[in-house]
Formats: sequence, C-alpha cells, structure tokens
Amino acid sequence: MNSLKAIFGTSVLERIIRLRWWILIFLAIIAFTIFAGDFRQDPTTAILAATLRHSTPLVLGALCGMLCERAGVVNIGIEGQMLMSAFVGFTVTSATSSLYLGVAAGLACGMLMGAALGGLSVSLQGDQIIAGVVLNIFALGLTSFLYTPGETIHSKTPRINFGPLADIPVIGKIFFSNQPITYVSLLLVGVIWYALFKTTWGLRTRAIGEHPSAAETVGVSVAKMRYLNLIIGGGIAGLAGAYLSLEAVGSFERGMTNGKGFVALAVMIFGRWNPIGAWGAALLFGYTNAIQTQFQFRGWLTGHPQLIGMIPFIVTIVVLAGFVGRARPPAALGQPYTRE
Amino acid sequence: MKILRSALVPLIAVVLALLVGALLIQLSGSSPLKAYSALFEGSFVGWERFGTTLEKATPLIMGGLAVAFAFKAGLFNIGGQGQLLAGALIAGAVGYGFSGLPWIIHMPLALLLGAAAGAAWGAIPGVLKATRGAHEVITTIMLNFVAANMAEWLCTKVWRKPGDILVRTPHIEGSAEIPTFGNIPLGFFIAVIFAFGIWFLLQKTTFGFEVRSVGLNPNAASYAGISTKRIVILTMAISGFLAGVGGSIETLGVLGRYEPGFNAGLGFDGITIALLARTNPIAVIPSAVLIASMDASASLMQFKAGVAPEITDVIEALILLFVATPIIVRWFFKSRQGDEISFGANWGSS
Repeated sequence: MNSLKAIFGTSVLERIIRLRWWILIFLAIIAFTIFAGDFRQDPTTAILAATLRHSTPLVLGALCGMLCERAGVVNIGIEGQMLMSAFVGFTVTSATSSLYLGVAAGLACGMLMGAALGGLSVSLQGDQIIAGVVLNIFALGLTSFLYTPGETIHSKTPRINFGPLADIPVIGKIFFSNQPITYVSLLLVGVIWYALFKTTWGLRTRAIGEHPSAAETVGVSVAKMRYLNLIIGGGIAGLAGAYLSLEAVGSFERGMTNGKGFVALAVMIFGRWNPIGAWGAALLFGYTNAIQTQFQFRGWLTGHPQLIGMIPFIVTIVVLAGFVGRARPPAALGQPYTRE
Repeated sequence: MKILRSALVPLIAVVLALLVGALLIQLSGSSPLKAYSALFEGSFVGWERFGTTLEKATPLIMGGLAVAFAFKAGLFNIGGQGQLLAGALIAGAVGYGFSGLPWIIHMPLALLLGAAAGAAWGAIPGVLKATRGAHEVITTIMLNFVAANMAEWLCTKVWRKPGDILVRTPHIEGSAEIPTFGNIPLGFFIAVIFAFGIWFLLQKTTFGFEVRSVGLNPNAASYAGISTKRIVILTMAISGFLAGVGGSIETLGVLGRYEPGFNAGLGFDGITIALLARTNPIAVIPSAVLIASMDASASLMQFKAGVAPEITDVIEALILLFVATPIIVRWFFKSRQGDEISFGANWGSS
C-alpha cells in the first residue's frame, strides 16, 4: 500500500478509491461491449462510436440546462428550444441549401428562445417552471403549424476527415471520423467546465445561483448575468436541435425531439450540475441506446423490441438509485430575484 | 371575496390571451369574431358538444390534480403520463378479462385496479427518492418511457385478441363501462368528486397539513416530527393514483379499450392545468374545462373561420404566460403581492 502511495501520490490513490464504483461500471461496460460485439473488432467499435453519437444532443441539452441552473434559473423549456431550433435550422438549410447557414440559424434561434426565457423569468419575474412550459407549448404548436411535409435537404453535415488518424484501429472510428457538431459538443464540455470553475465569469455565475443578493452587493448584476447565461445556454440547446435535424436525421418531423430535452435535464441532474459529470451521464445513456441496436443485430430478445426499448431508462433508474444518490442543486434555484 | 379575488387573476389572463389571440387571427387574415364564436359553439352549444367537452376535460382534471397534489408536497411529478397509461392499461385488462360480474362490482373493480396500477407506478419514484435520494424528475421521466414500452409489449404479446391486426386490448365487457347520461359522461362527475376530495384532504385533515408542511419547508417539518420519507412516498402514490383514475375513466368511459398512443400527451397537459390552477384542486376543474373546450372545438373553428387549429395552443400558452407573470397582473391590482406560489423553488430539493 505504501509503495503504491509512493508511486501514485496519495491524492491519485484516494481519487481512485473514491471513484471505485464508476471505474467498476466502466470496466463492466467495456467487458459487456466486447461480449455483445461477439469478441470481434468491428461491431465493438460500432457500438462505442454510436455511443458518442447518441450522447451528443443529450450532453448539449444538459450543458444548456446547467448554465441556466448554475445561474439560478430552472429551464424546463430545453425541449422546446431544441425543437424550434431543429425546425428553423432545417427550414433555412432547405431554403438556402447551405448547412452552415442552417446550423447558424438553429444556434440563433436557440439564443432567441433563451432570451425569451430571460424576458419571462428575469424581467417579468414570472415563474420559471411556467415560463419553460410556455416555451415548450409554443415550440410544439408553432413548428406543427409551420411545418410543410415534403421539404428536403440534400445532405447531412459531412464527416470531418482526420486523414491517417481515422485509420487507427478502434480509436480512429470512435474519435476521428465524426460530424462537426459532435466535436463541438466535446469541445464545449471542456470549455464550459473551465469557464464555470476557473474564470471570473464562472464564479459570478455560481454566485448568483447560490446567493444572488450577496453577489449583487459586491457589484454583480444578477439580471445581466442571468440573461447572458440563458442566451448562451439557449444557443447550445439550439446546436442540439440543429444536430437532430441536420446531423443525425437529415429531415424535420413533428415533435422530433421526442422527450430528449427532458432526458437532457435528467442527464444534467445525474451529472450533478457538472459538465464532466453530465458528459459521463450522457455517454452512459448514449451507450444504452447504442447497445439496443446491437441486441437486434445479435438476435437477442427478437420479437420483443419494446423490452429492448426499455433498457436505457431502466439502466438510468438503477444507476441513479444504486450509485449516485443525492445531489445538491444551486441554493437559489427557481426563485425570481428582486432587488431589495 | 377572497375566492373572487383569486379567480380574477386567471380571468384577466384569459381575457388578455384572447385579445392577443384575436390580434393574431386578424393578422392572419381571418375574422376573430367568427373564430371565437365557432370556438364557443363547438364546445358549449348543444348537449352533444357540451358532453364531448366534459369528456375531454375528465382526464385533464385527474392529470392536473395529480401534478397539483405532488406540488403541495414540493414534488414535481412529470410522470403523470406513465401513471395515466398504467391505469388505462390495467383498467382495460380488467374490463375485458373478468366476465359475468354485475356492473355494480365490475366497473368499480376495473376503475380501482387501474387507479392502483397508477398508484404503484407513482410510488416507485417516491420510494426511490425517500430511500435512495434519486431525483423524482429523472425517475418519473424515465418511468414514462418504461410504461409506454411495457404497455405496448403487454398489448402485443399478452392481451391482444388472436387475429386482431391492431396492437390493442380486446373491447371491455359492457358491465365494466362507465355510462353517459344522455350526453353527459358520469366520468366527469367522478373527476369532480375527486377534486373536492383532494381539497378536503389537503385543507381539513392532519395528513394534508403534513403534506403542505413538507412542501413549504421539509426541514421544519421533520423537526416537528413529521416523517418526510413517509410523506414523500404517500404523496407520490396518491398522485399516481389520481392519474391512474384519469386513465381508467378514459378506457372505461370513452375508448372502451386500451390502445397504445391514444392518450399521448394527456399526462403532460396535466402540468399545464395544474400551473393554470395555481395548484388549487378546485380551480383545476375550470382550468381543465377551458383547455378541453379549446381542444374540442379547434376543428370547428378551422372549418367555419378558416383559422389553423394550432392557434388554440398559442392561446393556451398565452393564458399560462399571463397567469405566471405577476408583474402584468399587478398593473391591474397595485396592491396585490405576496400570495404568488413559486413552483420552481422546490425544483432541486432532495
């Protein structure tokens, strides 16, 4: 034991002991993946690559929720923000046949929806839960109203070519042959973690989520910061919407978010309001989605697609109840702030 | 006077929303007067239409009560959809599976077992929260998906009549049906009775007091000797029970069987209703009737005035918006302050 400490240092060892459950889960997942992939390289790689793809909209949605909630504003309108942006992104691409413009329009639409949430919950000091529900109803009603069947786009966002890196076995397929928004989401996890915990902006954001009046006393404008966070968060949710219509599916359907915004909320809480944690939670959820396809491929539980369909949700509940336990949200979450 | 005052805010919200809606209809080139008279005609004029409105309002009342009741204990039950579905499915199974029973036994049995299924489905997140600290927002959302898959599986593999092409349970026996009197459905009155029952439970009993105490301040409540764990589990079970009754009535009184997808979104409408009623069980009734009336007559409005039915969604969202923003209402009452409920305040508490 002591020699181990000498090699790794006390803190690393302690960290490993603290994270023992997560390490065990991780190892179990890898073992099961290889088993499900029939001990062959290609299917195993395919499962892991699909995991990353499935996790993308969830981690983006969770980052949106996190920026809002760290600043003290509950956002249950993520679903609506994603849906609206998916629609706007798709429509713009369909009209201009430019994917860049489409993604940009999705991003802008998300930011606008974020600003709308800010208007309702910060300026008008309305109830935040209701404001979120209002966004969801509006998005569902408006996109169904404006949707015209039969519109198409020519291609989805293209894979980025990393040349020789993409040829590395296993790793290359998983990490070096994805589409752009997937990479942006990975980048954002790191950027937002750094921004939240290492910058003045992050400190202020967390301060107004925990104790807004104290932050105001030292000169932080609660309203301005909340707006800023809601708009940035909305933009990230907009990216998630653009991912759905332009990167994953390549078309728009009524209600195509199908609860992903709510699952993203779950992912955020699961990850304890921390970007890295949320990324892990999104990967776990993405993995359970990816493994479904493999189940069908291997012919396990054939004829019972509904039972396979339950796997992601049951795994989430079991892991949450079994390993994660209580999580503490920001203290001032959900309360409109009025200056005294 | 107090009742009148608290009813004024939603009324003003409705009027404002209708005004904004009229503006939108005018801008889209149709006549708001025609549209609104069609809306009114389609939901309230004539017994048949009035009956349909009440029929549509019934599951909304129960879903709204489920969400509102959980709110009182500071719990956010997004699982109304799954609980309603569990109730609808089990009521359908009991409705066709038991035969030869008299109506007086069969119908209540199917209703109760459906409600019990909803209660069980609601109790799971309650138990997980009380014992393991799992956040109810996550577990209820996940259980919605599990319930939908489970119901489809049971309908496909277990309860489907041999030879039926569609995925659904066989039609229920006549002895399990909830009747309608003329055009007025009995189910609606069951829902109304539940609304008053929940009001009584919350305001006039010790248990209701405990529920509200936990909702207002869990720490103070447990300091006063109330077992918060017990309250959390019971509240979620009762909330699920209410949603389960809504699903059962839908199966036994309206559809006659369970069919996957028939009630998509009903459980989520419960959230809207509860917010509109500001979690007051009695106010849930008019809120549900209002939303149901717009759902029931949107197609007539499209037919008569050429207005897209989605405008009712927009009006719905506007009503919620005006109810929820105290500043707008304060333009009307300068002094009114301090009695707003914050739904978000309990969001993250565990």
